Amino acid sequence: MGDPLFWHRLQFGFTATYHYLFPQLTMGLAFLIVVLKALGLKTGEARYNDAARFWIRIFGINFAVGVVTGIPLEFQFGTNWAKFSHISGGIIGQTLGMEGMFAFFLESSFLGMLIWGEKKLSPKGHFGAALALWLGSWLSGYFIIATNAFMQHPVGYAMAPDGTLQLTSFWAFLLNPWALGQYAHNMIAAVVTGSFVVAAIGAFWTLKGIHAEQARLNLRVGTIAGLIFSVLVAFPTGDLQGKLVAKHQPITLAAMEGRFESGPRAGLTLIGQPNVAKRKIENPIQVPAVLSFIAYGTFSSNVKGLLEFPEDQWPQNIELLYYSFHIMAGLGTLMIALMGLAVLLLWKGRLDGNRPVLWALMLAFPFPYIATTAGWAVAEFGRQPWLIYGVFRTAQGGSPTVHAGHTAFTTLGFAGIFVVLSILFLYLIGREIAHGPASHKA
Amino acid sequence: MEMLWFWLVSVMVAIYVVMDGFDFGAGILHLVVAKTNEERREVLGAIGPLWDGNEVWLLAGGGSLFLAFPKVLAAGFSGFYLAMWLVVWCLMLRGISIEFRSHVEDGLWRHFWDGTFAVSSVLLPVLLGAALGNVLRGVPLDGSGYFGMPLWTDFRLGAHPGILDWYTVLIGLFALATVAAHGALFLAWKTEGPVHDRAKGLAPVLWGLVALLWMLASYATAMVNPGVFHNLPKAPLAWVATLVFLVGLGLVFTGIRRERFLMGFVGSGAFILGLLAASAACVYPVMLKSTLDPAFDLTALNASVGVYGLRSGLVWWLIGFPIAVGYVVFLFRFHRGKVKAAAEGEGY
Repeated sequence: MGDPLFWHRLQFGFTATYHYLFPQLTMGLAFLIVVLKALGLKTGEARYNDAARFWIRIFGINFAVGVVTGIPLEFQFGTNWAKFSHISGGIIGQTLGMEGMFAFFLESSFLGMLIWGEKKLSPKGHFGAALALWLGSWLSGYFIIATNAFMQHPVGYAMAPDGTLQLTSFWAFLLNPWALGQYAHNMIAAVVTGSFVVAAIGAFWTLKGIHAEQARLNLRVGTIAGLIFSVLVAFPTGDLQGKLVAKHQPITLAAMEGRFESGPRAGLTLIGQPNVAKRKIENPIQVPAVLSFIAYGTFSSNVKGLLEFPEDQWPQNIELLYYSFHIMAGLGTLMIALMGLAVLLLWKGRLDGNRPVLWALMLAFPFPYIATTAGWAVAEFGRQPWLIYGVFRTAQGGSPTVHAGHTAFTTLGFAGIFVVLSILFLYLIGREIAHGPASHKA
Repeated sequence: MEMLWFWLVSVMVAIYVVMDGFDFGAGILHLVVAKTNEERREVLGAIGPLWDGNEVWLLAGGGSLFLAFPKVLAAGFSGFYLAMWLVVWCLMLRGISIEFRSHVEDGLWRHFWDGTFAVSSVLLPVLLGAALGNVLRGVPLDGSGYFGMPLWTDFRLGAHPGILDWYTVLIGLFALATVAAHGALFLAWKTEGPVHDRAKGLAPVLWGLVALLWMLASYATAMVNPGVFHNLPKAPLAWVATLVFLVGLGLVFTGIRRERFLMGFVGSGAFILGLLAASAACVYPVMLKSTLDPAFDLTALNASVGVYGLRSGLVWWLIGFPIAVGYVVFLFRFHRGKVKAAAEGEGY
């Protein structure tokens, strides 16, 4: 605990995880709000705009918390990871700077118009503001993913004699194949989060027997979008992400599956507990040969196990990595099943009356949050022990003059601030849900 | 190319101070110029649609520093560790107080956020001004390219100064007075009624204070870092910048006298921009001065990345910057005219 690195990692992991609870909803909702506003424009029906108005209020509160919890992340590069910033700033500074220039200015300029401007703007103008927020928040997502992708799979750079990394190809860096795959997977996951939240509110109002028209509309939009995007998050984007890991980070793939021995016809572990000391999975339930297929496209492919690699290149936290991956994949499967069932009932016109499924939809909204958080945990634990994969180790990255007393202090400070923020956030969101859509009619 | 990026970063930071400066100023004066809930919502309504965009200049400026001079960012951010986090926490609390205050119709709730808004708005310019003070005074950078500083020691200069010493606190107070005065002109321009009258009354007093502190701060800077002004004769840009801030100051006082507050506000923006540009011209090419040995200074030349990276950055910067300026123009036009408190349940 006296090791500053421990605190640097804890602080970044904690603040980034907390922060991302908010943007994943705003990015997902931004898309769904555009859909609702477009339907409103096209049909001229008030109910779509009423629904959009409610979600814009929720969006606004989430966006505010997302902005203020995002600021510390930008600062941490310099404050806590000075060595890393020094060697890689010439590269990742590009995308972080572009995020400010191209995404944040766009978002901040139109946010007020989206939230408070419906009366002042024409319907088309308000739709334009929604479009701007969607574009801005999704651009922002790309620049962050491209930054992370450089850490996962560095391309477009060369190492200078002084050990710093210098950009050699702007486009190779910006269009990193890892970034493209991860971006698709991540943004679709954000829409899944948005859809589950929309469906949960629809289910809640239906079960309560209030706001009947809006309840039905939210249920329909939430479940249809929920099904489409839950499927897309697994296939093709999750599948693509898995293949990228298999190709560029085979050690990570082995650790995600708790696989120690190499061999063809590798099985996919559904349940089991990794025992790293004994180099095995205990109590495994496996589907034979499926891992080979997922990773390399044929059932007979050889999937290397951890023992094939030097131990100093293994991710340090294999247990957490293994569980994160299995929680993500397990919840993802469950989410497809739930939304599949809901859409089937919707199609048959029986969803409104099926209380068990409505209960499940109402209570399932945390699933995409958990799955997304677990997915990022897979990416980040899986990247270890490297800060920039294969190039620069996490242990080399911390600030040389910042000691554990500093970082423990700021980490605890963040814990305090986040507790307060959480209470405020839940209070305000609870009020909005209690108000419902009707009370905000223009 | 390094010189160009030195100036791009300086310009971004200066624009940040001008833009976030007026909403800091509004926050500093919030409790003084606005007494009733209605009046406070006027102040918040004036800056509400703008503050977030203003803060993006900080992130975009920080991003520019990061991509061009990562060594400076790494040394500076880690060296000022605790002060940096105080800045971040204040930015967070301030953003939340602007955004959350009017969501709930309750006196206590709103008093709490008014207080948080005012306190964080006072602390931020003091801390950011002190950061500028540290850059002008120098920091104990050694051969490793890093330094670590406590938040304060004995408030004296010397071999082991704190981030806060008498000099940096003086610069911080100068910054506080300047953005408060800048904010007073903004509010006088954008509001009417009692808020306008109070801001109008405060403006000349605050600007008198700014003029006084400016002289004090310049004198102290010459004492602390005599080398700074030696650059003046050979830096033509410093002369241009000096002209800009003097003209700005003239506009401020003319604007106040003739009650032309937009003119005054533009003048105070020019004053801040010119003053910061003049400071940058004086320290160029040094970005972080070492108090131990000039050989350890981090400069635009020894801390920059390779030319390819700088050139790539310049391409998108030249595309992005006009767009960003376009948004600012658009926003000010969209929200033109005097601000009125929004209806309950809507707006800031």
